[in-house]
Amino acid sequence: MELTKIHTDFPLLSRKVHGKPLVYLDNGATTQKPQIVIDAITDYYTEYNSNIHRGVHHLSQLATEKYEVARKTIQQFIGAQFSHEIIFSPGTTSSINLVASSWGRANVSADDEVLISAMEHHSNIVPWQMLCEEKGAKLKVIPMNDNGELIMEQFESLLSSKTKIVAINHISNTLGTINPVEKIIAMAHDKGSLVLVDGAQSVAHMPIDVVSLNADFYVFSGHKLFGPTGVGILYGKEAILNEMPPYQGGGDMIKSVSFEKTTYNELPHKFEAGTPNIVGGIGLGKAIEYINEIGFDFIIEQESQLKNAATKMLESIEDVKIIGQAKQKASVISFAINGFHPLDVGTILDQLGISIRTGHHCTQPIMDFYNIPGTIRASFAFYNTLEDIAKLRAGILTAKTMLS
Amino acid sequence: MTIEEIEREIVNEFDLFESWLEKYEYLIELGKDLPLIESSEQTDENLIAGCQSRVWLHAKLAEGLLVFTANSDAIITKGIISLLIRVLSNQNAADVLGAELKFINEIGLTEHLSPTRSNGLVSMVKQMKNYAYTFSNTK
Ligand SMILES: Cc1ncc(COP(=O)(O)O)c(C=O)c1O
Repeated sequence: MELTKIHTDFPLLSRKVHGKPLVYLDNGATTQKPQIVIDAITDYYTEYNSNIHRGVHHLSQLATEKYEVARKTIQQFIGAQFSHEIIFSPGTTSSINLVASSWGRANVSADDEVLISAMEHHSNIVPWQMLCEEKGAKLKVIPMNDNGELIMEQFESLLSSKTKIVAINHISNTLGTINPVEKIIAMAHDKGSLVLVDGAQSVAHMPIDVVSLNADFYVFSGHKLFGPTGVGILYGKEAILNEMPPYQGGGDMIKSVSFEKTTYNELPHKFEAGTPNIVGGIGLGKAIEYINEIGFDFIIEQESQLKNAATKMLESIEDVKIIGQAKQKASVISFAINGFHPLDVGTILDQLGISIRTGHHCTQPIMDFYNIPGTIRASFAFYNTLEDIAKLRAGILTAKTMLS
Repeated sequence: MTIEEIEREIVNEFDLFESWLEKYEYLIELGKDLPLIESSEQTDENLIAGCQSRVWLHAKLAEGLLVFTANSDAIITKGIISLLIRVLSNQNAADVLGAELKFINEIGLTEHLSPTRSNGLVSMVKQMKNYAYTFSNTK
C-alpha cells in the first residue's frame, strides 16, 4: 500500500491551516473522509435522492437498495450473524441512549446494578446515570490503575447477580487503553449480566467480530470510521433486540397503526423510526468498503509504527509525560507538559497547522483521577506519517520555548 | 483615555507584528505581567466556567470607575485577559456596558472568541459586562 496514494484519497489532508500544511492528529475526535465517500454523498443527492422503504417508484427502490446494501456491508464488517441486528442510529451516543432507555427501562429495577469503568466517555456514563436515577438502581465503577488499565480483580468482585449490564469502552479515547473486552464479556456472562461495548474508538483501528467477542451490544459512530457525521450503529443480538420495547415511535417502525393499538415492525425497523440519515448510511457503507480495500493488516502495522514513533518522540522531550501507559494500547496518545496548560500548547500547535485536541476529551473522571486540568492528545489514523510526528515534535519544542 | 482610544492603541501595537509568532509572544509576555487578582479573590465564586482554562475575575468600584482584576491557569488566556482589562478597567460602568470591543477582531484574535475555543474569553467579556450592569444599577 502506497502512503502517498492513500494521502491523495483524502482531499482535505492536502489543505493548509494558518498558511501551513495541515497535520491532522485529531482522528479520535473524527476522521477525514476519502473521496469515494464524498462522491457517494454527492451521487446520492444528484442521482437518486428519495425516501426509502416507502415508494414503489424507481428512485425509492434504488435508495432503499443502496441503504440495505450498506447495512449488509456493516454486518459483514463486524461479523454479525444477521443484517437485521444492525440498527442505524445517529451515532455512538444515540446508540447507548437507545439501549439504556429501551433495554434499561425494561430490565433494570431498584437495587440492580449497572457497571461502567473509570475511563468511560461521558456518553457511556450519563445515560446509565439517568437510568439508575430513574430506577433507583446503582451505578458502579470498575477502577483503573495509574497506567490506565482496568483492575480486573476489582471488576470480578464488583460483578454479582445484581449486575444487569456492564457498559465498557473497547478503546479509551483519552488513554488509548485497549480493554480486554472478550474477557470482560465472558466474566459478565458468567454472572448473568449483559455487556455493551462502546466501540467508538476501536472499529477504525482493529478488526471486530461481535460473534467471537460474544458482545450483546456493540456501538460505534460512522464519522470516526471515515464515514459521514450523523450516522452510527447499534449492533445487538437478535434475541435481545426482539425482546426490547421500541425506543421512539413514528413512521417505518410500525406494522399497523390504529388509534386503539399499534403493532410494531420487525427488526431492524422497529428501532428506526422516521426517515433515517439515508445518505449517511450509504456513505458509511462506502467508507467500510474503502477500509476493506486498505485492509486491517496494513492499518494495524502502520498505526503501531506511528504509535511507537510518537511515544519515543514524546519520551525524549523534557517535561513531557505520557498519560496512559497501558501495555495494550492503541494509537491514541495523551500527554501533559509539566508547567504548561494544554490549551496554551494546543493554541501554539494550531498556529503551526497541527490539529491536536486539548482538554478533558469528555472524560472528566479521568482528569480527576490524574488530578490534571486536561491533556494534549494526538490520535493517529493510517494516513498519518512519520513526518507528521516530526512536525509535532518541532511544534512542541516551539510551544515550550514560547511559553516558558 | 476612552475605551475606543485604548482599543486603537492596541490595534496599532499589533500592526507592528509581522508574524503570528510575534503576536503570540507578545500575548504571552502580557500574560506574565497581568495584574493578578488578590489571592483572597481567587475563589470559586469568582471563577468563570470556560471549558478548558479557568478564569477568575473580580470587579470593584473605585472613585466611580470599574476596576477589574483577573487570573487564569492558561498563559495565552491571561494575555488576552490583560488586553481586556487594559481596555475596560478604570472606565465607568456605562462605557463598559456599551463597549463593542472591535479590537479583538482587528488584531486577529477572533478565533479566541469562537465558542469552540472554549477558553473562557466569551464568558469573560460577558461577565465583565454583567459587573458593569450591576454596578451601573447600584449607583
Ligand atoms: C469512547 C467514545 N465513546 C463515545 C463517543 C461519542 O461518540 P459520538 O459523539 O459520535 O456519539 C466518543 C467520541 O468522542 C468516544 O470516543
